[in-house]
Amino acid sequence: MRSDRASPLLKITATLGLLFLHVPILLIFLYAFTTEERTYQFPPPGLTTQWFAAAWARPDIWEALALSLKVALIATFLAMILGTLVSAAMSRAKFFGREQITLLILLPIALPGVITGISLRSAFGLMDIPFSTWTIILGHATFCIVIVYNNAVARFRRLSGGVMEASADLGANAFQSFWYILLPNLGTALLAGGMLAFALSFDEVIVTTFTAGQQATLPIWMLEELIRPRQRPVTNVVAMVVFAATVVPILLAFYLTRNGSETAGAGK
Amino acid sequence: MTSAVEFASVTRHFGSASAPIKAVDGVDLTIAEGAFFAMLGPSGSGKTTCLRLISGFESPSSGVIRIFGEDVSATPPHLRNVNTVFQDYALFPHMNVRDNVAYGLMVKGMSRSARYARAEEMLSLVKLSSYGDRKPGQLSGGQRQRVALARALVNEPRVLLLDEPLGALDLKLREAMQDELKALQKRLRITFVFVTHDQHEALSMADSLAVFNDGRIAQIGTPEQIYAAPRTRFVADFVGSSNVVPPAMTAALGGPVQWSSLRPEATSLAATGPVTGTITALRYQGSSTRAVLRCGETDIAALIPTGQPIPEIGSTRAFTFAPGALHVMAGE
Repeated sequence: MRSDRASPLLKITATLGLLFLHVPILLIFLYAFTTEERTYQFPPPGLTTQWFAAAWARPDIWEALALSLKVALIATFLAMILGTLVSAAMSRAKFFGREQITLLILLPIALPGVITGISLRSAFGLMDIPFSTWTIILGHATFCIVIVYNNAVARFRRLSGGVMEASADLGANAFQSFWYILLPNLGTALLAGGMLAFALSFDEVIVTTFTAGQQATLPIWMLEELIRPRQRPVTNVVAMVVFAATVVPILLAFYLTRNGSETAGAGK
Repeated sequence: MTSAVEFASVTRHFGSASAPIKAVDGVDLTIAEGAFFAMLGPSGSGKTTCLRLISGFESPSSGVIRIFGEDVSATPPHLRNVNTVFQDYALFPHMNVRDNVAYGLMVKGMSRSARYARAEEMLSLVKLSSYGDRKPGQLSGGQRQRVALARALVNEPRVLLLDEPLGALDLKLREAMQDELKALQKRLRITFVFVTHDQHEALSMADSLAVFNDGRIAQIGTPEQIYAAPRTRFVADFVGSSNVVPPAMTAALGGPVQWSSLRPEATSLAATGPVTGTITALRYQGSSTRAVLRCGETDIAALIPTGQPIPEIGSTRAFTFAPGALHVMAGE
């Protein structure tokens, strides 16, 4: 008879593994409160909340944060429109070379970021497009589209093609079919895809490095800040912000798709 | 009497113009108002495309389709007073049964209370009164079909289309639904058009039917006409299990040199006759035994009523048939 209980050895290994993964994150939080500003000595000599005030007062952080939010929001918005359209097309159409096109759509996320980054950089250079916020946004949109596409295409496939026909058959016009049938079935998948895309864009470093001009998004700003000796804990405070801005959407996305798959599965 | 649906040399091509695939090839068809009409044929024969031409999901490459006299060839599906029960039911998974049924009324702008009242009426018509709050996923196959039926009927269509309506149900449920659909059609007096590949279903439910083969109609008629007097070899073979008799044998049996058909129940074994053969198979069927007689290249099935002596496999026999039972076919 198989036991439902894991062996003690497995429990210990799993616990150690999880600790190894997550203790560093806790350390980041801890050192946001340390009184020592140059080195990360353990244990911290004292605890203070002064770095929050210091971070709040630094205009360069606000600039980086605003840029990151702007890039992530616009890239996600572009990706949601393009990703939804391409998934609608790919889930319906059957044509020669369909598998190859699917691969091309998925490629930006499978390719290493340096490849995407350097190819975009040289393409922008060739076309004489100056590096700006918009080049960062375009760079991020390449992989955000894939995230939205992956979420939406799975839902489109589960949504048997018949329901849209049934809606038209029952007298609904194209807009009513979209509003009452397609959107409710697609909504959670789109929301989840959008949140994941947002989170990915928000902490992207590699593609950003290649496609940014003088601007620094929040992750780039942190990378630069680590080299400087002063006010180190401010970086930790910012890290907490990045953590919150990315983990919350990812958790929500996870929760939404889990529920979504239940309701969509109920249609089978 | 006006005709509910009329096809005038309707053709539907798929694929390129140079090498078109003719799914429907020059079909002329008239379905009378109030009929229970079946479109029967093997898969790929064009029957489902014809149904989709009526619902508007396909448009004719050439020809005209009229519904109650009105040319609808260019009318989109949502503007046709025709509703469909889809093969996979296509219920809306995120809506409960009541909202599914009321959907057609909602998109027309009927108030919530009025449309729910109508939905309840329809649900009681299909005997699902207490199921309004359930989601489609919580229903059995047979129940889902009833919901699909109620959802289509709530719009009071002048023509109801059913695409293989019983295909996904098990045998017992299928037989019960056959009777129920027939009774419902009599009561509502709506024209029902259904597509099936099952000849028993078509013969037992329809009051007239069209047999499709290769995008064309091989024969139109009542089930009795089609069963007793098939026009072509294809119809004889596909509908019922008639013996298809080649021209030479028809002549030997006293007919013209043409293809003919002979129903097994009108055929019996005999000691002597113009055509003899060898018994190759015997199948006990309860009230009778079906014997297959191999006469040269042709198999002739005959029924032996239970109680009569059964010949051995491999023995030689002739066959006879009731006078007038040999039906000479007009077509090929």
